[in-house]
Amino acid sequence: MTQHAGAPRTLYDKIWDAHVVDRQDDGTCLLYIDRHLVHEVTSPQAFEGLRMTGRKVRAPERTIAVPDHNVPTTWDRETGIDNEESRIQVDALDRNAREFGVHYYPVNDIRQGIVHIVGPEQGWTLPGMTVVCGDSHTATHGAFGALAHGIGTSEVEHVLATQTLIQKKSKNMKVEITGRLAPGVTAKDVVLAIIAKTGTAGGTGHVIEYCGEVIRNLSMEGRMTICNMAIEGGARAGLIAPDEVTFTYVKGRPHAPKGAQWEAAVAWWKTLFSDEGAQFDKVVTLRGEDIAPTVTWGTSPEDALPITARIPAPEDFTGGKVDAARRSLDYMGLTAGTPLTDVTIDAVFIGSCTNGRIEDLRAAADVLRGRKLASGVRGMVVPGSGLVRAMAEEEGLDVIFKEAGFEWRLAGCSMCLGMNPDQLAPGERCAATSNRNFEGRQGYKGRTHLMSPAMAAAAGVAGHLVDIREFAAQPA
Amino acid sequence: MDKFTTLTGIAAPMPLVNIDTDMIIPKQFLKTIKRSGLGVSLFDEMRYDRDGNEIPDFVLNKPAYRDAQILVAGDNFGCGSSREHAPWALLDFGIRCVISTSFADIFFNNCFKNGILPVVLPQEAVDALMRDAENGANARLTVDLETQTVTGADDTAYRFEIDPFRKHCLLNGLDDIGLTMERAPAIDSFETQMAQARPWI
Repeated sequence: MTQHAGAPRTLYDKIWDAHVVDRQDDGTCLLYIDRHLVHEVTSPQAFEGLRMTGRKVRAPERTIAVPDHNVPTTWDRETGIDNEESRIQVDALDRNAREFGVHYYPVNDIRQGIVHIVGPEQGWTLPGMTVVCGDSHTATHGAFGALAHGIGTSEVEHVLATQTLIQKKSKNMKVEITGRLAPGVTAKDVVLAIIAKTGTAGGTGHVIEYCGEVIRNLSMEGRMTICNMAIEGGARAGLIAPDEVTFTYVKGRPHAPKGAQWEAAVAWWKTLFSDEGAQFDKVVTLRGEDIAPTVTWGTSPEDALPITARIPAPEDFTGGKVDAARRSLDYMGLTAGTPLTDVTIDAVFIGSCTNGRIEDLRAAADVLRGRKLASGVRGMVVPGSGLVRAMAEEEGLDVIFKEAGFEWRLAGCSMCLGMNPDQLAPGERCAATSNRNFEGRQGYKGRTHLMSPAMAAAAGVAGHLVDIREFAAQPA
Repeated sequence: MDKFTTLTGIAAPMPLVNIDTDMIIPKQFLKTIKRSGLGVSLFDEMRYDRDGNEIPDFVLNKPAYRDAQILVAGDNFGCGSSREHAPWALLDFGIRCVISTSFADIFFNNCFKNGILPVVLPQEAVDALMRDAENGANARLTVDLETQTVTGADDTAYRFEIDPFRKHCLLNGLDDIGLTMERAPAIDSFETQMAQARPWI
């Protein structure tokens, strides 16, 4: 199975080699898939394909289904979904999950949530695994040192039927963040700064390994935020080598190994790192000290700048980006030269698979304690899972959010992509902790600025984008 | 899946860089449980106003491009989500080939599963083909998968690279799943080995 016996290998090489079922002469491989996560939007056609061909799910015990994109996040959702198409899609998942016998967390299960939050939370995601899902933010699971990436519906059907994927190996890219982060700078700022540097196509054709002191010092939740947005940098998968932080997070989770198997697993997991001298096709290095709280101004995640910057002009760019920047400024209703901190907002969205975990909610609540949303600004907090919500409520975070004027919701993808009623109105401008600022992403003609949970909360209080380092210094 | 061999058709120019999957097919159309019928919603928010009227300036609304079968697009086409609804919508509209300097990985992969050929060419070649495309119906491009060439209006042929296995599948309209199912013994033996090496999985 190992092609490079003896030669130094990257973390990606090692996981890849451990999953090759067979290899053709041209390098096309059949890769075994350890975990297949399924949600309601990209799976109905795949299950229908199985039915039409009389095929079964090869490994239902490795397949986990949860509805997240379409589900309402309002407290009355037990009474059903109003939108007929959404209801049909969620019902289809329900029927498919039961008929094909896969693990399933229905809407009203406390463990339901965004698939990329549920997987790690339940211990389905483990180091060294291959993980796929019909969703590009599957990259999230790379934080555990799992090779995880999004696939289309045809490949969902392929994995359901065969538990494998036909793949060619990607290139290796290393993104190293050295040193330390300044106060107020979070994993979200780091990943936005990386994308600003590499561009949204910088990782195309590569698997990125994030490393360096800054990454080592991040919690698992911060690491998930980084890997989640690997795709926004063009890489289908991001990876972080597992370490004690990883093992501590995984241990004791419902589907994590126990007893002797735990010991055996950890022994293997400890071998999962890039060897000294392993070859990377591309290397990017950033200094942690150079990263400021970062926000996006345009309609591509690469349109990210330190909060201290001004809105750029189209002429600041070259090539096709000149027209793209012009279009972005027009769409976003912004004028070149305006300080970012002068950009006023109408809405705050805290949630998503990027920043919908408990640490994210704590960071936002810390900013909001004793403060209120500015007049005219609406805010929504959508925990990433039912368990995140329960934990936040136990800690009293829900009370802080509600007293600040936020709506406190049930778990789902919500306003990250607005497939349910949680959307921006045309022209509405949102400080969002999600991952994409594309045109129309959060609602038709909605305007999205991506940032960290603390920055989004602070923007809500101020009514405009703010530098969290200055904001945090002021009394509540 | 339909075979892809050669295609001669009208190419529509979309020079914008980073055309993302949300632009290609916005989220409200992902609620379908079918693969078909998405062509009318392709590029919805660029193509129609809020009342559903066509925006005349949008390229695919112009008379010359209504029957386009090829797109010539700016860099990093198809970035963003994994939604296969993007190639489904292109195919349902009638697009069988997209030409750009680069594609996002997942979109690129999804094209091959649906009989759409994504062609990667250098900037100068894409620029030349973009100029051809701007000439509308008078400038048909010919894409030949067997010889791996795109021929422009002035008969200049641009050769592109393609993975041999993907080319084979596309030329013959092969179903991946059927091919892989034939390798079931290899998968069985991998699972047996894995159960010993990594029993916790």
